Amino acid sequence: MAMELDVFVGNTTIMDEDVYLLWLDGYTVSDAVSMRMKSGILEQCGASQDVLESDTMDHYRTFQMTERLLHNPSKLVNQLLFQIPPHRQNMLIERWGGGAAIVKITVQKCYKILNPFSPSLAPSLPPSLALTGRYYAFDEAFVREVLGKKLSKGTKKDLDDVSAKTGITLKSCRRQFDNFKRVFKVVEEMKGPLVENIHQNFLLSDRLARDYAAIVFFANSRFETGKKKLQYLTFEDFAFCAEQLIQNWTLGAVDSMVEDMDVDLDKEFLQDLKDLKVLITDKDMMDQHKSLVCTALRGKLQVFSEMEGSFKNLSRGLVNIAGKLMNNKDVRDLFIDLVEKFIEPCKSDKWSLNDVRLFLTQHTNSVRALDAFKHQAVWERYMRVIQSCILKMYHD
Amino acid sequence: MPGKLKVRIVAGRHLPVMDRASDLTDAFVEVKFGNTTFKTDVFPKSLNPQWNSEWFKFEVDDEDLQDEPLQITVLDHDTYSANDAIGKVYIDIDPLLSSEAATVISGWFPIYDTIHGIRGEINVVVKVDLFNDLNRFRQSSCGVKFFCTTSIPKCYKVVTVHGFVEELVVNEDPEYQWIDRIRTPRASNEARQRLISLMSGELQRKIGLKVLEMGGNAVVGYLQCFDLEGESGLVVRAIGTACTLDKLSNPSAALLPACNSPSKEIKETPFSEDPNPNTHSSGPSTPLKNQTYSFSPSKSYSRQSSSSDTDLSLTPKTGMGSGGSAGKEGGPPKTLLRQQTQTALEQREFPFFTLTCFPPGFLVHVGGVVSARSVKLLDRIHNPDEPETRDAWWEEIRQEIKSHAKALGCHAVIGYSESTSICEEVCILSASGTAAVLNPKFLQDGSLDNYSEHRLEEPSPPSCGFCHIPYDELNMPFPAHLTYCYNCRKQKVPDVLFTTIDLPVEAAVTGKGCLIQARLCRLKKKAQGEANATAISNLLPFMEYELHTQLMNKLKLRGMNALFGLRIQISVGENMLVGLASATGVYLTALPTPGGIQIAGKTPSDMTYEQHISNMQKKINDTIAKNKELYEITPPKLFTLDPEVSTFKGQNTEISEEVIGSPIPEPRQRSRIFRSHSESSDEISELDLSHGKKDAFVLEIDDADAVEDIHSLLIDAPLPAGFYSCNTEIMPGIYNWTTGLQMFTSVRVFRLNNVNLTNQGLNKIFNDLCENLLKSLYFKLRSMIPCCLCHVNFTVAVPEDELIQVAVTAVAMTFDKDQAQESWKASVDKALMKVIAENEEQLQFPLELCSDSPGAQLFSPRKGLLESASAQAIPGAQRASSLEKASPQAEGHARVRSTTAYTGSTITVVKMTPLSFIPGAKIIKYVGIINMFFIRETTSLREEGGVSGFLHAFIAEVFAMVRAHVAALGGNAVVSYIMKECVFMENPNKNQAQCLINVSGDAVIFVRESELEAIPVQPQTTSSQASNSGADVTT
Repeated sequence: MAMELDVFVGNTTIMDEDVYLLWLDGYTVSDAVSMRMKSGILEQCGASQDVLESDTMDHYRTFQMTERLLHNPSKLVNQLLFQIPPHRQNMLIERWGGGAAIVKITVQKCYKILNPFSPSLAPSLPPSLALTGRYYAFDEAFVREVLGKKLSKGTKKDLDDVSAKTGITLKSCRRQFDNFKRVFKVVEEMKGPLVENIHQNFLLSDRLARDYAAIVFFANSRFETGKKKLQYLTFEDFAFCAEQLIQNWTLGAVDSMVEDMDVDLDKEFLQDLKDLKVLITDKDMMDQHKSLVCTALRGKLQVFSEMEGSFKNLSRGLVNIAGKLMNNKDVRDLFIDLVEKFIEPCKSDKWSLNDVRLFLTQHTNSVRALDAFKHQAVWERYMRVIQSCILKMYHD
Repeated sequence: MPGKLKVRIVAGRHLPVMDRASDLTDAFVEVKFGNTTFKTDVFPKSLNPQWNSEWFKFEVDDEDLQDEPLQITVLDHDTYSANDAIGKVYIDIDPLLSSEAATVISGWFPIYDTIHGIRGEINVVVKVDLFNDLNRFRQSSCGVKFFCTTSIPKCYKVVTVHGFVEELVVNEDPEYQWIDRIRTPRASNEARQRLISLMSGELQRKIGLKVLEMGGNAVVGYLQCFDLEGESGLVVRAIGTACTLDKLSNPSAALLPACNSPSKEIKETPFSEDPNPNTHSSGPSTPLKNQTYSFSPSKSYSRQSSSSDTDLSLTPKTGMGSGGSAGKEGGPPKTLLRQQTQTALEQREFPFFTLTCFPPGFLVHVGGVVSARSVKLLDRIHNPDEPETRDAWWEEIRQEIKSHAKALGCHAVIGYSESTSICEEVCILSASGTAAVLNPKFLQDGSLDNYSEHRLEEPSPPSCGFCHIPYDELNMPFPAHLTYCYNCRKQKVPDVLFTTIDLPVEAAVTGKGCLIQARLCRLKKKAQGEANATAISNLLPFMEYELHTQLMNKLKLRGMNALFGLRIQISVGENMLVGLASATGVYLTALPTPGGIQIAGKTPSDMTYEQHISNMQKKINDTIAKNKELYEITPPKLFTLDPEVSTFKGQNTEISEEVIGSPIPEPRQRSRIFRSHSESSDEISELDLSHGKKDAFVLEIDDADAVEDIHSLLIDAPLPAGFYSCNTEIMPGIYNWTTGLQMFTSVRVFRLNNVNLTNQGLNKIFNDLCENLLKSLYFKLRSMIPCCLCHVNFTVAVPEDELIQVAVTAVAMTFDKDQAQESWKASVDKALMKVIAENEEQLQFPLELCSDSPGAQLFSPRKGLLESASAQAIPGAQRASSLEKASPQAEGHARVRSTTAYTGSTITVVKMTPLSFIPGAKIIKYVGIINMFFIRETTSLREEGGVSGFLHAFIAEVFAMVRAHVAALGGNAVVSYIMKECVFMENPNKNQAQCLINVSGDAVIFVRESELEAIPVQPQTTSSQASNSGADVTT
């Protein structure tokens, strides 16, 4: 004796947000049911376990049917299959306002009774956005594992390792990976600004679109982020760096209507970077640079003597990184280089963040006073990014 | 050439990828009507093609316009092989044929394929130019309006109710034709969909012709059903109530060609005794007729009694041998009334009405439920053009119903419906309704002229009049216990009342109502042919008896005394019969307090046994007490003899607290179901369902059965806090609806694996199935609390040997809890207010179109008059609000606004409800009837998520298609929505499943009352103009 078939379909699609989150996290129906039971929902409503099972199944089916649409959110907005209540927008807007780009939800946290029938106040956004935002949200732990990796079948095969390491269900890992890949494929060869394209095609919030831009950018240039020395960096650090790179070093920074403008780095610029070498190869220029920096910073730096001692090393480090960037392989090592060549030495000398900031600012600006140096523009375009990246990355 | 159909294909979107190589599609569209086909150009390599076609014009007979659906096929062009079909859209163009419904169909339609489901959408614009046809012998009935709603549609008023119309057409089922063996499932499904669409068009046209013959212009309570008889064919049948309706907001509509016989319709009510001469003198006169149905203030009664004197002399005594039995003033007019009704109704073959809700004053008395069932053996329909056998079957059943009604002293049957249950070659035909006495003035064109309306009015107050017995007290058709009405004390009432109609608005009710269900399974031996039919016939009376007993027990357990909306469904399977009776229990103030349930043991010697019994008795008593509290049933112990008191308070529902010496009668069990069943051999047996002369309702525990019964009585899970449920239009006791609305369909199929099931085991399973389903609903809808599940409609089926299928469609509506706590009287005030307010609206509406400039001044004198008119009935405080609500100016504004303010929100939100109204909103236009039939089939059941995944997707698709059609008609809601058929078949071994769904409803445009008051309008509430003017064309 068994229930052969059991469905509930509402004219207005009922979507329980708690169950949605459980589904997104890749839990099976039975796991989801037991988690919901723990939340005490049954006692609140005086229902039994089979009621909860039936309810969870209904929701899972609905989500599975919506998933096809979620893959192409612009379809979701004018699809006819589900009538999704407009008030979901509200919920969504609030969540986004909190900057919840990375949503890691604990089960306890997500169990509150939401009232999906509260009257809508802001019918300005299409109703389905709530779903999209949730669907495209990703886990911090997960993104750190795949950031900078090629979004290929090979990487996808390794997701079970990622799942084991992060404790995120394999199902959820796959969804997040597929999201990255889908967004990547769509915007890869599109004209126009990356963030804007993602925003347009996937209806993501500005915040989430920026994060995806970073993921796409990292995946395209395959920046190394997984090395042990880089483990202390968060996704947010990288996302910030990506934004800097996109804004300053890509083709788009020069010309706003070329293909791949935000994804590929400006090759010409990278070529030009080797001209900066003169700063360290020309001994006079280097000495002059050092004295300018030291004069300016005397008394302002807590670690003045250390700085004086390591100036040449640090300066060489920064300029050498620039020189290597014309090779694709070395571009990938940008962040590890920054850490090894600059951040680690400073940290071992106990520089404060403020020290670093003062030093980098002065180091960059002093070059202007070097009359023999002819590559001011390239230098500044280079240092603008390096400076902000280092500052962002300079923490424990 | 009386009509020109014009179709334009605008664009497509979200098309499926048909060419794997390019991931794109080369789509084009075929537009077919009748035998003419047009094609668009191929729009190459796009999933969002923009065809922007020319207007395809079809010049067709209006007969074809009514029968044929417009068929749009989207295809993928293929240079080398045959073009692949992507999917189809069938559009019923009937709404365009009535001048009062939609004028254009325009919008995005889901492209539907019976194998793949919805595959993208297509934007289509359809128009019809109708030429006036003066041919009197024409076969078409364009312009006759159809409504599923079983009450008078909200923005119309009834001039005449002509009566019952029925028709059926038969055909061979394409699924069973020889050709089906060689064609694809898709082709077969499409042939079926097309055929049914064609047949329902034809059926509607034929019914329309009958309506025109009767002089009507509309069918209300239109119920169309399919009988899939398998090998023997396909029957499409429909019943309805022919009426002459007048549009309230647009008096000129009566002169439009939509109405076939304008001369008849414009007949005016002689308003010689208009209670308010002011109203009479101003404004167009037609809408004033309305006044006659309005809730009359007590004043008018005195006038009636004087006029009834003259009637007395006219009264010939027939059938009322002891006419003076009642001995009160009420007696003679009643006889007279019957007489006149008789003349009005006798001309009719079947004085049946599919309506369940009536204008005040229409319903005079209710006798009780009448039902008839008949078991037939199906044989092949040899000649589809002469469906005589099926006609004869129904004719027979209707005759039976008619005679049952006569036996109850009634001349009419209201809330009438028909249904079938088919298993292999056996078919159970069922019909049921409520025997009633009606006020004849609504029934005939002439009646309004011949009789002065007041003469015919019954002096009983409307709050209890309908409960008074219509039959002769000394010559009762069945043993019953009568008492004087607890409300007016003038006439006799029964102790229990069962009906199939909705609770009349004006009825006096104590407390709230609740859904009551009786459920029953009976095993049956597998048999063939005649033997099988006989076995079923033999089981039927026992099932009905038991269902009835269950209903009665459960009713008493809730401390209630009347059932409304009673619907008994008996479904037949190969090895069992399943019976399900649903109704809404109510405590009618006019009826006596029901007695409790007493349990009696057969062997009183045993001490432990006695103990057991007394425990059970205690449990039952506790449950009754709890239920009374839950449903707020605090029956008045006392009542008044003085009729003045009840009428004078205006509401008639007021219960005076005076002590009267009349003894409270002993409650007694009595049956009001008149039933019979006949086998193919036409053997008719009648069954008295009453429980003899027992003074109290006694349950004897003498065997395991009885213990089971009592258990099943008590295991009905109580409603969770904050929930109420009913299966009628109105939930007695709740009047303050808020706007929350959720219509849903839930389907469950249960497989019985246990081969050696007993009747009791089966009963328990079935009972649990229904109870668990309800529990699930409560859980799902918990966020809507406080809410009420309204119009809960269960259907059971036995699709296969060991399967029981239960489908529920209902609507959950939120209400204001705080106001719910208010005294009952206040809420009744409100309900009455509503009636009055509506009448006011109806009065005001004509003016809206008379004046193009909606200046407030134009209305003010009118309002003043109305105020004085209504002041008689309405307590002053609430007067203002009622007028405000009814203000037509706001609506005029709103309509204009929404056109301009529409800013391209792509999808109209379409509400769906099985009720005839939308809480907190006003229906301003009916844009057409929705009657859709879909087949979905799959050969990859597992891949689609198993049977549940398959059906879930299909139901969601059906909703989506209904919404799209409504939106394209310019509507924003479907009312009176019903899923009439959900036939599900599976073959998991072959990974296959098939499902047929038939839904219907009325597409309407509604405006929120809050928006009527506040001028700015949300863009979502699209008025017809907004969505018609291509607002949906945004991509």
